[in-house]
Amino acid sequence: MSAPLETVEIALIVNGERVKRSVPARLNLADFLRHELELTGTHVGCEHGVCGACTVRVDGEIVRSCLMFAAQADGCKVDTIEGLSDSREIEELQSAFVLTNALQCGFCTPGVLMAAQALLRDEPNPSRERIREYLSGNYCRCTGYQAIVDAIEAVAKARAARSK
Amino acid sequence: MKAPRFAYARPASIAEAIALLDKHKDDARVLAGGQSLVPMLNFRVAAPKVLVDINRISALAGIKIAKAHVRIGALTRHAEIERSADVAKHLPLVAAAMPHIAHPAIRNRGTFGGSCALADPAAELPACALALGATFVVAGKKGERRIAAGDFFKGLYATALKPGELLVAAEFPLPRPGDTSAFGELARRHGDYAMVGVAAHGSGKSVRAAFFGVGDRPEVFEADTVDGLLSKVETDLEPRADLHASAATKLHLAKVLAGRVLKQLIA
Ligand SMILES: Cc1cc2nc3c(=O)[nH]c(=O)nc-3n(C[C@H](O)[C@H](O)[C@H](O)COP(=O)(O)OP(=O)(O)OC[C@H]3O[C@@H](n4cnc5c(N)ncnc54)[C@H](O)[C@@H]3O)c2cc1C
Ligand code: FES
Ligand code: FES
Repeated sequence: MSAPLETVEIALIVNGERVKRSVPARLNLADFLRHELELTGTHVGCEHGVCGACTVRVDGEIVRSCLMFAAQADGCKVDTIEGLSDSREIEELQSAFVLTNALQCGFCTPGVLMAAQALLRDEPNPSRERIREYLSGNYCRCTGYQAIVDAIEAVAKARAARSK
Repeated sequence: MKAPRFAYARPASIAEAIALLDKHKDDARVLAGGQSLVPMLNFRVAAPKVLVDINRISALAGIKIAKAHVRIGALTRHAEIERSADVAKHLPLVAAAMPHIAHPAIRNRGTFGGSCALADPAAELPACALALGATFVVAGKKGERRIAAGDFFKGLYATALKPGELLVAAEFPLPRPGDTSAFGELARRHGDYAMVGVAAHGSGKSVRAAFFGVGDRPEVFEADTVDGLLSKVETDLEPRADLHASAATKLHLAKVLAGRVLKQLIA
């Protein structure tokens, strides 16, 4: 493809399902997921990459869906919080968040869970300091972060204990 | 807000990208990681008619070791540089800078070339390129040209890139035995742009430090010894105020940082 287009045909895999659409070039991935596919678990806070509420996985890596155009996801594999939840991939994190009260309004939670899961995949045993550093790009306006760090640490420890 | 309307093109090769940039001239803008450009579109501070998405041009990505240099392709993601064993080994200064650039999800998309082409005065990578004496490789309709880092950064968000040109890579000279480097920055929150930062490199003969977050572009100091460098910083560094701090605060922070970081060059 080379001629510039204002409407782009895309085919991608979202949460394991094939999706084909024709989208305006200016449509960002977050809005595509929310409005076109009705996957409203991906939240939109700031639309400039700062808050982390829109974090999704593209080809296995977490990204800001407000800073990517749907057109750029053509041919990609996209996973949203709905996919991670349905596949039970983040089941332990979800339970730990409930147990420690790591969410109040829940607006930040999908993005935080996305980031936490990525951290634990790459670094199964992070320190509290490292958890804070990794989540520095996810704003939470309710919890004060303490409980979020507690929950992630608890899951890391439980997994480590089981693998012994 | 949302991005304004634009037309989207996704060239598969460098030649195709250059042809598109040449055809659409000032109406076109390169889209790399989008981690700075998309916020600018959403804020409507940029409204190009055509976005040339270079994300599928594989020739622009990757890290290669050559005889005399390490070449980092413009499309290499921050995350790849951060994980690279070659960068850790040959460019420890760059390796030390990477974790300070934004947050993991942003480093997964943001690119080396995007950071350098943007030339944010508080960004880490331009300062590293200056401290290490890197050379930028740029391609346009008339072919390739090479620009020393010292001639590349021209001011606030301004570089030597001409309209229609694409940043292809940067070449960092391989270090010699005994070279040392040190990096540090002060930011309010991990991952924020620096209030003040410094990237420094020392060889047997001289030391060079690039301060960032102090003016419209990184400011470079050179001297024969670390003490010489520190006294130059003491007398000559004059940071400008910005949104984050007054000039006086910045000067204080820069001196504290210089003391901490530059002394590591001796060890
Ligand atoms: C919340 C947040 C925090 C951040 N914190 C930091 C930080 O602490 N330090 C830091 O350095 N950066 C930070 N960034 C910016 C990030 O590093 C960007 O990735 C980077 O500045 C731009 O790279 P990009 O690949 O995303 O470029 P884009 O946003 O795609 O492009 C940036 C500019 O460069 C041009 N361009 C890109 N590639 C080329 C090329 N190959 N040839 C010619 N022109 C090109 C584009 O046309 C555009 O004008 C942050 C971003 C966010 C959203
Ligand atoms: S909405 Fe994407 S980071 Fe805030
Ligand atoms: S729970 Fe409300 S923003 Fe985090």
